[in-house]
Amino acid sequence: MSQSSVTRSTLLKDLRMEWRSKDAINSMLFFSLLVVVIFSFAFNPTAEESRQIAGGLIWVAFLFAAVVALNQTWARELRNQVLDAYRVSPAPPNALFLAKALGNFLFVVILETLMAPLFVVFYQLRSVGPVWQLVVVALLGTWALVVNGTFFAALSIRTRSREIMLPLILFPISIPALLAMVDSTTTILTGDGTPSFWLKMLVVYDVVFTLVCLLLFETVLNAE
Amino acid sequence: MKIISIGFVILTLALLGFSTYQALVVAPTEQTMGEVQRIFYYHVPSAWVAGLCFAVNFLASVVYLWKRSLNADALAAASAEVGVVFCTIVLITGPIWARPVWGIWWTWDARLTTTLVLWLIYVSYLVLRRFATGGQSQVLAAALAIFGFVDVPIVYMSIRWFRTQHPSPVMGGGENSGLAPEMLHAFLWNLLAFTFVGICFIVARYRLQLMENRVEAAHAQLALQGGAR
Repeated sequence: MSQSSVTRSTLLKDLRMEWRSKDAINSMLFFSLLVVVIFSFAFNPTAEESRQIAGGLIWVAFLFAAVVALNQTWARELRNQVLDAYRVSPAPPNALFLAKALGNFLFVVILETLMAPLFVVFYQLRSVGPVWQLVVVALLGTWALVVNGTFFAALSIRTRSREIMLPLILFPISIPALLAMVDSTTTILTGDGTPSFWLKMLVVYDVVFTLVCLLLFETVLNAE
Repeated sequence: MKIISIGFVILTLALLGFSTYQALVVAPTEQTMGEVQRIFYYHVPSAWVAGLCFAVNFLASVVYLWKRSLNADALAAASAEVGVVFCTIVLITGPIWARPVWGIWWTWDARLTTTLVLWLIYVSYLVLRRFATGGQSQVLAAALAIFGFVDVPIVYMSIRWFRTQHPSPVMGGGENSGLAPEMLHAFLWNLLAFTFVGICFIVARYRLQLMENRVEAAHAQLALQGGAR
């Protein structure tokens, strides 16, 4: 079995399951909607203030929502020993990892696409800087969260109290990526300087951690 | 073996006593900061030992993944714990010094923030070790250790950029102005003493970990023989 065919079939299987159940996307949407509403009560910002704080709000909402999807990544493979079956099969482990990471990436990007208009409406956001840069930040940042998140979800399913474990190990490692996402978003929204350093940072972060994940995934999958 | 370790502990205690004398009595009082500057003789060596521990943790984790030796894993566990202890000392002594000198307990400056994030990463490592079950915990911990170590330079870079972009208001003092010879002496003695203390702690914790492993193996053996009650 080639790398790409395993990746494709696993990804399609996950997408089909999600399409039929809509478990992850519904819980993520509802969760981030709650965050939007609660933050809006807490800060009650004017248009100018919300430009300053929106970067933080948006990414905190998406980060917490992403954890919901990430936690479900491997859980369904544990039922019926699918993961064990995968381990004894000759399929390359990294293909499985990439499929899971891409699946989570798609879920979170869809969530962001659906939630972005709500943020704009509720916080009266109007970007001063170019909007396409926000899209670049979102794509790079989402991959940064999701690639490590998928890997750490594979770590945390092997622990007691697995649902709590994932954010505990994911958030500290993700701090530089979050800083880059929040600060570049604020920079673009306020039109105050350019986010080029942060974009480079995110690219470096994405490349480095994707490599580390691919390097270590087989070891973690086969850990017993 | 036992004589060597007892000798090492005695040597460490003697060194610690001498370096404390050097730091508190021999070294002159700093002109602008006063007595509070003496915390520097504990703060910086602790940071050095913490860094050393995390480097040992990384190397031991790599060795574990490569050779699957339980000794390497025990060393990784021991060094992470000791590293977190010394990193905590750094994070506590820093604000005690900063309050009288800078006028604030804490500032989100590059070095402070990096140290805090480092501390968070290794605490999460310890949490993972505690919660992982069965024989997988070593592999999972070693994987996370590599992630943590790779993350540190990225954290430092990003926070330095973050802070140079928005300069922080308080940057008085600092120890980069060159030390008086007596101060340098006291500092170097403390550096040596703290390194020895760190090594003592790591070795003790390492042995404890090996003992724990043996006890666990014995329990498992007993259970297999049906003798466990």
